[in-house]
Amino acid sequence: MSTDYQYVPEPKLVKGDHTFGSITDLIAKTPLSATPPLWYLAFGVANLLLVALLGSVGYLIWDGIGIWGLNNPAGWGWAIINFVWWVGIGHAGTLISAILFLFRQGWRTAINRFAEAMTIFAVMCAGLFPAIHVGRIWVIYWVFPIPNQMGAWPNFSSPLLWDVFAVSTYFTVSLLFWYVGLVPDFATLRDKAKGKIAKMTYGIAALGWTGSFRNWWNYEKAYMILAGLATPLVLSVHTIVSFDFAVSLIPGWHSTIFPPYFVAGAIYSGFAMVLTLMLIARKIYGLEDIMNIDIMEKMNLVMMVTGNLVAFAYLCEGFIAWYSGYIYEQGIFWLYAVGPYAWGFWILMFCNVVTPQFLWSRSIRRSVTLTFIISIIVNIGMWFERFMIAVASLSTDFLPSSWDYYSPTFWDIIIYLGTFGLFFTFFLLFLRFMPMVAIAEVKGVLPQADPHNYDEKTNDFIAPNAEPQQQSVQQKNQ
Amino acid sequence: METENKNIYGVLAEFRNPKELIDAAETVKESGYSDFDTYAPFPIHGMEKAMGLKESPLGWIVLAGGLTGMIGILTLMIWIMGYDYPLNISGKPYINLPIYVPITFELTVLLSAFAATFGMFALNKLPRFHNPLFNVERFKKASDDGFFIHIESSDDLFSEEQASKLFTDSGAIHVETVYDSD
Repeated sequence: MSTDYQYVPEPKLVKGDHTFGSITDLIAKTPLSATPPLWYLAFGVANLLLVALLGSVGYLIWDGIGIWGLNNPAGWGWAIINFVWWVGIGHAGTLISAILFLFRQGWRTAINRFAEAMTIFAVMCAGLFPAIHVGRIWVIYWVFPIPNQMGAWPNFSSPLLWDVFAVSTYFTVSLLFWYVGLVPDFATLRDKAKGKIAKMTYGIAALGWTGSFRNWWNYEKAYMILAGLATPLVLSVHTIVSFDFAVSLIPGWHSTIFPPYFVAGAIYSGFAMVLTLMLIARKIYGLEDIMNIDIMEKMNLVMMVTGNLVAFAYLCEGFIAWYSGYIYEQGIFWLYAVGPYAWGFWILMFCNVVTPQFLWSRSIRRSVTLTFIISIIVNIGMWFERFMIAVASLSTDFLPSSWDYYSPTFWDIIIYLGTFGLFFTFFLLFLRFMPMVAIAEVKGVLPQADPHNYDEKTNDFIAPNAEPQQQSVQQKNQ
Repeated sequence: METENKNIYGVLAEFRNPKELIDAAETVKESGYSDFDTYAPFPIHGMEKAMGLKESPLGWIVLAGGLTGMIGILTLMIWIMGYDYPLNISGKPYINLPIYVPITFELTVLLSAFAATFGMFALNKLPRFHNPLFNVERFKKASDDGFFIHIESSDDLFSEEQASKLFTDSGAIHVETVYDSD
């Protein structure tokens, strides 16, 4: 036995030779410089989709939800699928900003701002669907406990009402968390901005932040408490979304595995979406030093773990269907695999069970192109998962005489595509006008930020031996 | 405006790096000053010890917010479901605590988060419309890569010369007097 231990240092979080000033310049230059022409093109396309969304939602409100492909057994169609899909995507943002913060994962600083923005816009897209699905959107306020002339109150024992509280709380808390994180960076932009309007706007948003340590002291406490609150919150949101299904008696829905299975799936799809967006943005905005390959690999590892959790949940569903001896549960599982929606099931199996297995390979985890492709496949797979749960279970329920085949109409499809317009309109505005990386937090994880990395006598910076030796780096890359 | 009409707000000094700032903060604290603050683009770990700060009271504010949310929504639900508008759902009891758990949890988190955010801003006395430190052009670096320490004139021990000397002796790269107005 050899006792020749060797210290293997963590790879540097920010690549390249960066100082505090160069980090500021790298991130603050995008909101403070002129708009690139390509941005207008992307924004135009997003706006077209947004207009299509607004138009079709207007038509839906005018004509009623009959314009969707809903039929008698399948009362929940694309609207619910899209709702669950978008909320699920949002979960990665909170996981990155809150849970990884509590676990002291320094690499989250590269992507947390970005992912939180994604969360907020994804939850906006999600919230649209239940709101328009109620049919009479002008009385949507009935879901809130507001005293009214009918003397009626909402039913607090309904999981659908829990959902209203969960999603609205989630949106509000995510927004507060995001804004608290943005305040010091708005102060940086205020101090860097040249134009009068930019200075004023960022100045108002920064609330007069100076970077005083007495303020940082309360700020850090607030940030930690918000992270501590957001952590159980994010787990509760998809748990409650899964209760919408699990609390009913429909075979394929009535299952105790739903909460953990939904949460794992949410994080899985959310990380895929963060990767999709990040790999494009880092290229366009030249942020490769911050959103680097090491961070992409860590995200791929999270995707691999949650992807396998989801795959394990499918296995458990099949096993429990057989083991329970309950013929309706067995029947629905059989219908998933060979029934009218079997094509969806096999797409889902390929996307969610086969695809994450590629991530066992280190070279695939570190390949930008392959990661991008995998992230797209995962997002498609997670959409089909919700399709199978919502549609296949409903349209083939207890009585074969009531079975009917569900297919979406033009309006289902255009509203779904339209939500991408909503999402990207906001996301592009975010990329254009806000610091897309948390400037203060990235500076905080630089080795220069730690007073221990300075010489006791001369007070000069001594770089800690953070990067592995040149030779071992080459070995790893091969 | 003429020089004699200006009120001195304090003395501001810039240091090279976080280590020097921490050392300077320690010196200032040990010299007996209490109305001073350090400014940096990110929170520096260990600064609370150097400056002798007490634990932030924010946790208690959040506790109050969370309890308000929890007790408030539980009371509302019990009153509505049990007395004002009882609904018979599959013969289940009207006051059924387990089904109140999700909404109670959400409201507890929601009010705690409001308390954490707005409590933090209130403790930091933000939003603030004007701060004499912004009169100093150099202070813009505090949100970029500058490390500053400032002793306020409200401190009993304050004198412009002594504060400046203290900073120069602890190795400041720039010392400047801050005035209330331009």
